Amino acid sequence: MLLIPCPWCGPRDEAEFHYGGQAHVAYPENPAALSDEEWARYLFFRDNPKGLFAERWSHTAGCRRWFNAVRDTATNEIHAVYRVGEPRPVTA
Amino acid sequence: MTLRTPGADLPDHPDRLWRPAEPKRAYDVVIVGGGGHGLATAYYLAKNHGITNVAVLERGWLAGGNMARNTTIIRSNYLWDESVGIYEHALKLWEGLEEDLGYPLLFSQRGVLNLAHSLQDVRDSVRRVNANRLNGVDAEWLTPEQVKEVCPIVDISPHVRYPVLGGTYQPRAGIAKHDYVAWGFAKAAADLGVDMIEHCEVTGLDVRDGRVTGVQTTRGPIAAKKVALAAAGHSSVVAGYAGVSLPLQSHPLQALVSELLEPVHPTVVMSNAVHVYVSQAHKGELVMGAGIDAANSYRQRGAFHIIERQMSAALELFPVFARAHVLRTWGGVVDVTPDASPIVGLTPVEDLYVNCGWGTGGFKATPGVGWCYAHTVATGEPHPLNAPFSLDRFTTGKLVDEHGAAAVAH
Ligand SMILES: Cc1cc2nc3c(=O)[nH]c(=O)nc-3n(C[C@H](O)[C@H](O)[C@H](O)COP(=O)(O)OP(=O)(O)OC[C@H]3O[C@@H](n4cnc5c(N)ncnc54)[C@H](O)[C@@H]3O)c2cc1C
Ligand SMILES: [Zn+2]
Repeated sequence: MLLIPCPWCGPRDEAEFHYGGQAHVAYPENPAALSDEEWARYLFFRDNPKGLFAERWSHTAGCRRWFNAVRDTATNEIHAVYRVGEPRPVTA
Repeated sequence: MTLRTPGADLPDHPDRLWRPAEPKRAYDVVIVGGGGHGLATAYYLAKNHGITNVAVLERGWLAGGNMARNTTIIRSNYLWDESVGIYEHALKLWEGLEEDLGYPLLFSQRGVLNLAHSLQDVRDSVRRVNANRLNGVDAEWLTPEQVKEVCPIVDISPHVRYPVLGGTYQPRAGIAKHDYVAWGFAKAAADLGVDMIEHCEVTGLDVRDGRVTGVQTTRGPIAAKKVALAAAGHSSVVAGYAGVSLPLQSHPLQALVSELLEPVHPTVVMSNAVHVYVSQAHKGELVMGAGIDAANSYRQRGAFHIIERQMSAALELFPVFARAHVLRTWGGVVDVTPDASPIVGLTPVEDLYVNCGWGTGGFKATPGVGWCYAHTVATGEPHPLNAPFSLDRFTTGKLVDEHGAAAVAH
């Protein structure tokens, strides 16, 4: 069970959160111009690193706000949390 | 009444079944990953195609990944024709596998019940039964009373939060002993000349002019005419060594067992709606599982609230379990695709093949995928049964959406 530090509420139990997958995946700027390969990338392909991963969480049973975290998927250690719209922080 | 020692009727643990091999400098085929799929592929490469200059490279010990961790449910009652094609092929192979491998697998066709708890569940389930029958798969729709006949300990009273409104039943489905399955394939493949190389992690793939030529490992470089990936939860990492990206997310999937109990549960029961599934192992443990942990992770452990929820779901269905104790919980890392169907076939790199994305449900496919993947690797052309599961379906849009038949049901 993860202890997730919500940027607004502080550390809370994982069961209070909803997971949102990879962060910083922007909707295509010009959807009509995309090739099938580019659509496939956007719709179905997400990074799946064994290591640092920038991801989205929503504190559904708390403040109900979305935020981003950088977590190491090999250890589950959370290296940083930051607000939506902020750039991914540099983590070791 | 004589007391039965649980497990007394099981075969003893075997002595060494295959010779440990030192890596050679080159092979015709290198298989990355010594789980059930890698081992079955090696066996059918040797047996069906006469290709025996083959190595199975395993970073840990043979079949210590998901093959050692799954809950062994075998069934073929998936919705779409493409899925039934490969899962039913596997089930037919299971039905003759003990004789074929000459090894006991404790394959037990005790049936699988998939319960329905809402009107939508009922409609989806009946639709799936009809689709299964059209595909020649044994499937029945059971009323709550018939569910009770098959499995007397299920609570079908209307007073629970999510009453049982019926269920689908596949009598030919069941369970097998996962370790024995791995050992049976490993022994049979080794007897045909395949090298089983443990503690050998693949750390790189050599690609020259768009063609794979070998692998880098913790035990040195090994040249290969063909490389077949079968790394399950680590598929993204390994394929990444050749610059191939896969539409996979790796998640922990947990399961647990109770202490040994007298036989009380004659079949396998799964419920997508209350989210749990339960069988009773040959030895006597109740074997329970549910869904994946939501967050990506390569750690072979999951969150405790997932266990708590599946236990409360199990109690709702089986009040008789109230005093059973949890003996052990564990997790594996499963590779999940967007359409809950596997990816088996060619890659953009020549002579590099991929088998992955079986997620929460690949144990049942073990002989079937081994058969088809071996054909794909041997001939360089997808076997007709895995052709629909190509990587490029995510570009063409021809997905095989099995979320309904997969979900909690592995
Ligand atoms: C808790 C749980 C319950 C499940 N229940 C069921 C069920 O009831 N029914 C069902 O059909 N399926 C079930 N599954 C899914 C099933 O276990 C998997 O789909 C299936 O085992 C995957 O194929 P495999 O056996 O080859 O995988 P694995 O046994 O995981 O084999 C992959 C192997 O690759 C190795 N590897 C990875 N990276 C490298 C590398 N770089 N170099 C060398 N080797 C490497 C790993 O160590 C591993 O041994 C369950 C899974 C889990 C975790
Ligand atoms: Zn919060």
